[in-house]
Amino acid sequence: MKTHQQIDRTARDLDPEVHESNFMGAKLKSERRYNTLHRDYDDPDQLRETAGLIKQHTLEHLDTYLEQAEASLQRNGVKVHFAMDDDAVNATVLRIMEENDAHSMVKSKSMVTEEIHMLKYLEKHGKEVIETDLGEFILQLDDDYPSHIVTPIVHKNRRGIAKTFEREKIGEDYNDDPETITRRARQYLRQKYLDADVGLTGGNFVSAESGRIALVTNEGNARFCMAANKIHIAVIGIEKLVPTDRDLGLFLNLIGRSGTGQQLTVYNQFISGPKTASQPHGPEQMHVVFVDNRRTEVLASDCREILRCIRCGACLNVCPIYRQSGGHAYRSVYPGPVGAVLSPLLAGNRFPELADLPKASSLCGACNEVCPVNIPIPDLLLRLRDKAKREGAKEAMKGTPNLGLWATLCSQPTMWKTALSMGHTMNYIPTELIPHPSAKAWQGARKLPEFQGGEFRKWFKNRN
Amino acid sequence: MSSDRDKIYSAIRAALAPLPERTEKPEWDDAMIVCKPSGKFDSLKAQFADKLISASGRFYDSVDTLTAYLKEEGSTFGYCDPALAHLLEGVESITFDTEFDEARINDYTFGLTKASAGIAESGTIVLKDSVTSARLGALAPWIHIAVIEETDIVASIGEAIQGFGDDPSIIFATGPSKTADVEGILIEGVHGPGIQVALVLSHI
Repeated sequence: MKTHQQIDRTARDLDPEVHESNFMGAKLKSERRYNTLHRDYDDPDQLRETAGLIKQHTLEHLDTYLEQAEASLQRNGVKVHFAMDDDAVNATVLRIMEENDAHSMVKSKSMVTEEIHMLKYLEKHGKEVIETDLGEFILQLDDDYPSHIVTPIVHKNRRGIAKTFEREKIGEDYNDDPETITRRARQYLRQKYLDADVGLTGGNFVSAESGRIALVTNEGNARFCMAANKIHIAVIGIEKLVPTDRDLGLFLNLIGRSGTGQQLTVYNQFISGPKTASQPHGPEQMHVVFVDNRRTEVLASDCREILRCIRCGACLNVCPIYRQSGGHAYRSVYPGPVGAVLSPLLAGNRFPELADLPKASSLCGACNEVCPVNIPIPDLLLRLRDKAKREGAKEAMKGTPNLGLWATLCSQPTMWKTALSMGHTMNYIPTELIPHPSAKAWQGARKLPEFQGGEFRKWFKNRN
Repeated sequence: MSSDRDKIYSAIRAALAPLPERTEKPEWDDAMIVCKPSGKFDSLKAQFADKLISASGRFYDSVDTLTAYLKEEGSTFGYCDPALAHLLEGVESITFDTEFDEARINDYTFGLTKASAGIAESGTIVLKDSVTSARLGALAPWIHIAVIEETDIVASIGEAIQGFGDDPSIIFATGPSKTADVEGILIEGVHGPGIQVALVLSHI
């Protein structure tokens, strides 16, 4: 089959084992999500819809809520920074480290730091940075990047991971037992936590009212980053705000169930400032870096609803395209349906390079149906397809049939009638002889039923 | 970075200015987010125990059965909150530090600290900075025992949030630390406790 879009080629060339792992992982998480939500609530959609409205409301009053969050955090003794773009975030984090004579950092999972390639930047400036989420740690060792928002190494298998550990001398020998792999990482990273000067985290939600940052993890690595270190830096996108602490309850009930089918993620942390005086462990200094990195551009666009996203990964898991292609096929930090909207938008003037992503969807609507904040992803995909067409993005045109012939036919009633009367010939033309490459590709992969039309006009004319 | 601050605020205002109308904040009822109970329970303690166990946690309501379990696990040296030391004092073959020594982080096999609350609808243990004697003591050892006063068990997540006060670090822990990063296989005990225990007592 002749295909032109990059994502199709990636899906076609995907290692069958990786495909299986992506597919089964996604299917399992989708099923768990459904079962947990429907076991626990009579009407889970009511939660999704409410959460969507709260987020939309917050975004549409973002200036007010951001000011409120900033003031709350300052009141709690937190130093608040703002960073317009990737360079500004990286420079801010580096400056905090240098001002405190800090050389090493342990960090927990944060998608926004992936956006800005913070790890490479800090390493280039002589800092030691260790990812502590097991999956992210393995990706760092392999110089790879996440293929899924929640399960970043779903594209890897235990043998590859065991080889990486053997190469990096984490543990004495090759061992591909998942439990042994996990224990070895536990042992290795424990010392890193104790030795590091700075702990860096993201933030899943920020309550404007109290400045509380809600952080969601299963492994406990974010807890360790904030127990063994004296400085805590949280790097957070400006869209992560919610109005009140009470709202956090709704979102935390949704994020675990939507992402992995857990009623609650194992650890939900609420951090609003440096440690209390009586507490022997934990940060004495806390910084929050609020990041724009084109979020205000998205807010100004007709796709602002995508900023509601809480990064649960449910839309990836349910998506028939993601299930076939895997996350790396989206060539960007955010894969799947959310990525098909967000990645081209966050790419700025590199939009044309990713303009094909909004086409990587059958518009079946499953992503919208599972979204914990009810984002109308299919509508946003259509708006971006429109944008790509209007801007003449070449990447978006690839694999799209040329509709010139169709347009001519539609505007000429006589030609249209003639063409219709010739519909029967479709039954006799062998696929190889179809002149149009896209039509040929389409026909080559499908069997159409026999053409039976062409009688309507005759019937309509002769009725009564 | 005041210039970036100004740029971000003005970009937000410019983005929102053309909106013809803005979404109202929806009203919602506290009951909307409460999980349907998995059965009939005659107390919050019973519901808490049921949920904790289904989240792979362990539940005890007597010191004797807890210490018997520790011995059975071979977990006989750990860290204990000084204010709770009386619970373990005099227990045969169990020794502990009441000050957390980082140099011995790998020697502590259990950590016993106080929790500020339990949440019945989810089996969650609530740790507050002002109540936890040492963050690492509740995190690093393989077994963490959270001591909860029975009257501190609340029905819902919403109620627990209402009780946050001004504590700068609150942790909801629901079961042991876990990962499914390697081939989706569930492994308990990644960075935090591999075994999460709640010891619920009527008096401490």
